[in-house]
Amino acid sequence: MVSTLTTAFADVVSSNATLRAFLRGLPGVDRVGADQRAAMLSTRSIKTTAKAQAIDLAIGMVDLTTLEGADTPGKVRAMCAKAVRPDPADPAAPHVAAVCVYPDLVAVAAEALVGSPVKVASVSTAFPSGRSSLDVKVADTALAVAAGAAEIDMVIDRGAFLAGDYRKVADEIAAIKQACGAAHLKVILETGELATYDNVRRASWLAMLSGADFIKTSTGKVSPAATLPVTLVMLEAVRDHRAATGRMVGVKAAGGIRTAKDAIRYLILVSETAGEEWLDAAWFRLGASSLLNDLLMQRQKLATGRYAGPDYFTLD
Amino acid sequence: MRFEYAPAPESRDVVEIQPSYGLFIEGRFTDGGGAAFKTVNPATEETLAEVARADEADVDRAVAAARKAFGTWSALPGAERAKYLFRIARIIQERARELAVLETLDNGKPIRESRDVDVPLVAAHFFYYAGWADKLAYAGFGPAPRPLGVAAQVIPWNFPLMMLAWKIAPALACGNTVVLKPAETTPLTALAFAEICVQAGLPAGVVNIVTGPGATGAALVAHPGVDKVAFTGSTRVGREIARTVAGGRKKVTLELGGKAANIVFEDAPLDQAVEGIVNGIFFNQGHVCCAGSRLLVAEPIQDELLAALRRRLATLRVGDPMDKNTDVGAINSAAQLARITELVEAGEAEGATRWSPACDLPERGYWFAPTVFTGVAQSHRIAREEVFGPVLSVLTFRTPAEAVEKANNTPYGLSAGVWTEKGSRILWMADRLRAGVVWANTFNRFDPVSPFGGYKESGYGREGGRHGLEAYLDV
Repeated sequence: MVSTLTTAFADVVSSNATLRAFLRGLPGVDRVGADQRAAMLSTRSIKTTAKAQAIDLAIGMVDLTTLEGADTPGKVRAMCAKAVRPDPADPAAPHVAAVCVYPDLVAVAAEALVGSPVKVASVSTAFPSGRSSLDVKVADTALAVAAGAAEIDMVIDRGAFLAGDYRKVADEIAAIKQACGAAHLKVILETGELATYDNVRRASWLAMLSGADFIKTSTGKVSPAATLPVTLVMLEAVRDHRAATGRMVGVKAAGGIRTAKDAIRYLILVSETAGEEWLDAAWFRLGASSLLNDLLMQRQKLATGRYAGPDYFTLD
Repeated sequence: MRFEYAPAPESRDVVEIQPSYGLFIEGRFTDGGGAAFKTVNPATEETLAEVARADEADVDRAVAAARKAFGTWSALPGAERAKYLFRIARIIQERARELAVLETLDNGKPIRESRDVDVPLVAAHFFYYAGWADKLAYAGFGPAPRPLGVAAQVIPWNFPLMMLAWKIAPALACGNTVVLKPAETTPLTALAFAEICVQAGLPAGVVNIVTGPGATGAALVAHPGVDKVAFTGSTRVGREIARTVAGGRKKVTLELGGKAANIVFEDAPLDQAVEGIVNGIFFNQGHVCCAGSRLLVAEPIQDELLAALRRRLATLRVGDPMDKNTDVGAINSAAQLARITELVEAGEAEGATRWSPACDLPERGYWFAPTVFTGVAQSHRIAREEVFGPVLSVLTFRTPAEAVEKANNTPYGLSAGVWTEKGSRILWMADRLRAGVVWANTFNRFDPVSPFGGYKESGYGREGGRHGLEAYLDV
């Protein structure tokens, strides 16, 4: 059953016409209803033991990120140290899932993380706009993989998507997937530029059918970045895709998630939409930088009953 | 990884429930002539308070107080009446948490709903009608529409405070005075509202609250000093009221039962439709007169939709209404639980297939698991009679015309829902559905600006919006 379905989906990506027919045939998303559902789920009240569980889970799902023109090897090394041991005062605090850097700094990160369970992720494909040729994007990816990236965060060609050239988007994803080799491919939809929830659902399916291991909301360079309703639509897509094909795809919410409270809202969304199987760093990630310190602060508050000032948490 | 939510109970400390309550007549709490009765928390069966029972003499006193206050109140400039209503609305907002907790304790509905739906709508209703009080000349009912006089208002237990607001806010804005009888099982928030009237400095006698069983309501409705009767409740009682007032001068509005169709087409936004179905029938344990109790689903998507619905229902959190994460609370009373149980048994006996998600129901209190019946025919009792509980009947249709025919094939006509991404079909359906409210791609959404009311045996008259003024004006 699963294999015939997969074959059927292989036909879908074979041409622009079949892709359009398939993507436009997906059920629509009613914006008001999706917003309402996300808003209702964000009223869930997570206390005591559930909060402790959620904070540790969220720390372990963080892709600790620095994507600045001003990034240096020193900055990246410092961030890697923080990724492995986020709270020097408490060795029991979990490590984050990965660090995420530009391709030229992958080697620095890989060296700093040798022997640690923290993975190195690299953005690629002319991040964040994606405005370059496929050759350059493939080379960009190959560079990052060769330097030791275990995960690649690519951007889709939003221009092609909005112009209806779905095949171009699909081909690029497939080409980058090939360039990744064993590395995991996260496909950034940049939902802030896709604008409608219908587009978010279509782009999610397009990425999944083209080989994405993860679908990711945003680069963090465009506003709005991750939102709860957009993530809800993407979680519904991975859930439905698994039901149809048997293949599980992960989701990464990135950009604008700054507080532990925000992070917990995403976990609730995952738990009540895609289900508990996705509540794992292998299937859900939070792309963030400042979030980590708030998670650590709340973690300490929960354990000790007191808030330490921000000076007690390292800024790396 | 399994993510268990730890208990997150709302604190009871914000409310101080007195051991006993009197009637609120002419601005003061007084004893009732009848034997006091108990009001219980349906989630625990714990007695919350004793409440006075108004007998005919008490009703007479209340109507006399309202009559006495009517002259001065109706003569106030609209802007002055508005000040009181705005003040009441603000006090409701200030005391929102207390009112939400009290409503949940007395009614059994989840605190999330009383906090996020009921109480905000109550405040909004008072704000909305406060705005009309000095603009009645522009409402389309003539240059100087006059109030009716004393309004007798009898409300149900499903949205105690919200139904009070729907009744009292427009009545007062138009210059009437009121005697209101809350439901026997949920009198506490109406009595808290009486305190709010005192706090707002509302002149004595403008609002009077008499508590008691159906007999108290019957005495109130039949009282010769009453000019207007407004009732929300069952069609059976509505009929009795219509009979009581027939041939007299009393103006009547009735908002009665329903058996609404929630119609899902092939091209519906499926995930939101599932939410709408859940919200349509499991909101407030299905104790909603406009509940979407009949799901009409297009045959080609039946399997897909029902699979999605079952998956979604498995995540519903049923239990302690005071827990902030509870989605479905307690059934309001033992009598209502018996009624639901009886109809569900009839559904099974008539051959429909019953399904419920796995859920642990508390041992004490009145509980009924969310229930879905498939294979339901129009002739089954569960497709015709109002269950007024968390019970959904699923039927299918092939064409839009058949959907309309089945949706209208009921003596009721309060509400309907249409789910489709096709705008023209929404309009085509709305033209043909004989229901007072037609929701498109949503369900159970309320706003004070929007008129609400029924066709056929769902009653007559409209509440809410500009239309809602007509019921309280001599036009």
